[in-house]
Amino acid sequence: MKNAISIDGIAKGFQQKKVIQPLSLNIEKGGIFGLLGPSGCGKTTLIKMIVGLIKPDAGKVTVLDHEVPNEALLMDVGYMAQSDALYTELTGAENLEFFAKLYRFSKKERRERIQYAAEIVQLTNDLNVRVAHYSGGMKRRLSLAVALIQNPEILILDEPTVGIDPLLKQSIWEELERLRNEDEKTIIITTHVMGEAERCDKLAMLREGEIIAAGTPEALKTQFAAETLDDVFLRIGGGLK
Amino acid sequence: MRIASLVTRITQQMRRDRRTLALFFLAPLLILTLMYFIFDTEASDLKIVVTGSDETIVKALKQADFQVTAAEEFSREKMIEKDTDGWLHVENGKMKLTLLNDEPTRAKAVQMQMMQGLQGNEKNTPSIEEKYVYGDANTKGFDTFSPMLVSFFVFFFVFLIAGIALLKERTSGTLERLLATPIKRYEIVAGYVIGYGLFALIQTIIVVLYAVNVLDIVLVGSIWLVLLTNILVALVALSLGTLLSSFATSEFQMVQFIPLVIVPQVFFTGIFPLDGMSDWLQKIGKVMPLYYASDAMNGIMYKGFTFNEVLLDLLILLAFAIVFITINIISLKKYRAL
Repeated sequence: MKNAISIDGIAKGFQQKKVIQPLSLNIEKGGIFGLLGPSGCGKTTLIKMIVGLIKPDAGKVTVLDHEVPNEALLMDVGYMAQSDALYTELTGAENLEFFAKLYRFSKKERRERIQYAAEIVQLTNDLNVRVAHYSGGMKRRLSLAVALIQNPEILILDEPTVGIDPLLKQSIWEELERLRNEDEKTIIITTHVMGEAERCDKLAMLREGEIIAAGTPEALKTQFAAETLDDVFLRIGGGLK
Repeated sequence: MRIASLVTRITQQMRRDRRTLALFFLAPLLILTLMYFIFDTEASDLKIVVTGSDETIVKALKQADFQVTAAEEFSREKMIEKDTDGWLHVENGKMKLTLLNDEPTRAKAVQMQMMQGLQGNEKNTPSIEEKYVYGDANTKGFDTFSPMLVSFFVFFFVFLIAGIALLKERTSGTLERLLATPIKRYEIVAGYVIGYGLFALIQTIIVVLYAVNVLDIVLVGSIWLVLLTNILVALVALSLGTLLSSFATSEFQMVQFIPLVIVPQVFFTGIFPLDGMSDWLQKIGKVMPLYYASDAMNGIMYKGFTFNEVLLDLLILLAFAIVFITINIISLKKYRAL
């Protein structure tokens, strides 16, 4: 099993609009895979189809050799949505506890997992504060902690660093890299920030529901004779001639 | 355990939301008290049966706007069976009036009209011995419809609060996040049913105890049967509320269901007499959960019905709940195919 995720000719439309053109993509095990593209290009739709929250109109998605949707897979995939899906009346700890329980951890395991996840996102000291009093960045971090709670093999993060200050962004990236290097996790993130894209091992550029380019950041730059990823994007998109 | 974690979470959320909690528990008491002081109704089409009497009395009563039937013999059981408002028995010049008193306003109207009707016939006011099938001379109109009010409050608040809670879960994305965990769809619905069911149970206990002890409303039957009925009402309200919340995109749209779903049901709870309604209108009432809830509650609290006597109503309520819960579980498929 070389591929963590393989996408085979999936397409999705909402009403008249085609959001995802038929596209295929393989994501190797281990490593950070970046889905890059402007807002509205179908990143979130694509990601939700991988998680199994949206059913594709055509084609199929295979994750860890199981065709999506598959119940066992939900244990192996940690998902962080674009909007913070948290219960604001509850404290950070209560949110984590709630999700941990859904994965059927024992009490001892739960305590360990909550502690671990909170440490990664540096929320240990704020765990007993209600989420309603959290800042935007803190909510984002708690959402990431929720995605990490069951120690999944694959992490799927939809714009994980939006609204997070540069210092914390740096530490989250370091943690993602550590998860890749030490725990050999497969991490898929979406972003529209080119600076973050540079740190991914592999990239796929998405535009209007189509993959317009894929490869390592270096290969993309060489292929399109561009200095930065920004330029690559503009070149393909027809902005730069 | 997943269901339990959902129940815990709902309890925590509700406890933190003090205002909703206060609304849930105290608003029913406020409205119940207000209605206790305000309500009054009128009666029409009074049916009475006369036994052992001569033509003159029957004629006099017909003139007094009664639907009079003269019969050889009659009984209390037949009164219940045929829904007769009054039974006048004349023997050796003495009059004995038995009142059904299923609605005290009707009983009072029978008394008043009979006095007026007979006065024109006799020289002096006749003396009539009175008996009651349900309740007694002190029964107030409020006693008969307050049982329905208890169910109504349970239905109204559970419908609204559970509906809005699931709506919030939908719009904030937590429902989607929840479905990205291995939780099963039925576990979500069961968690909601048990979580809000607990609060509905507490609400019912408070409302019933207040109605019986403070407002002095009649409770002839078993309080456990009252609780059982209202748990079923809560189940129906909860499952219907969460179901309809998928057709709403905001809390405001959820509130818009009140005139569409809640208010029409009130018309069929017996607060307004059902007998006066035309047949097709009565048929509409039979598709409404509150119609059966009211029937059962009125039976238990006022008429002292036993479990077997309200069993049919309870079964219909249970059927409503099962159907709605099933549709709920299926409709979550929209978010996750599993």
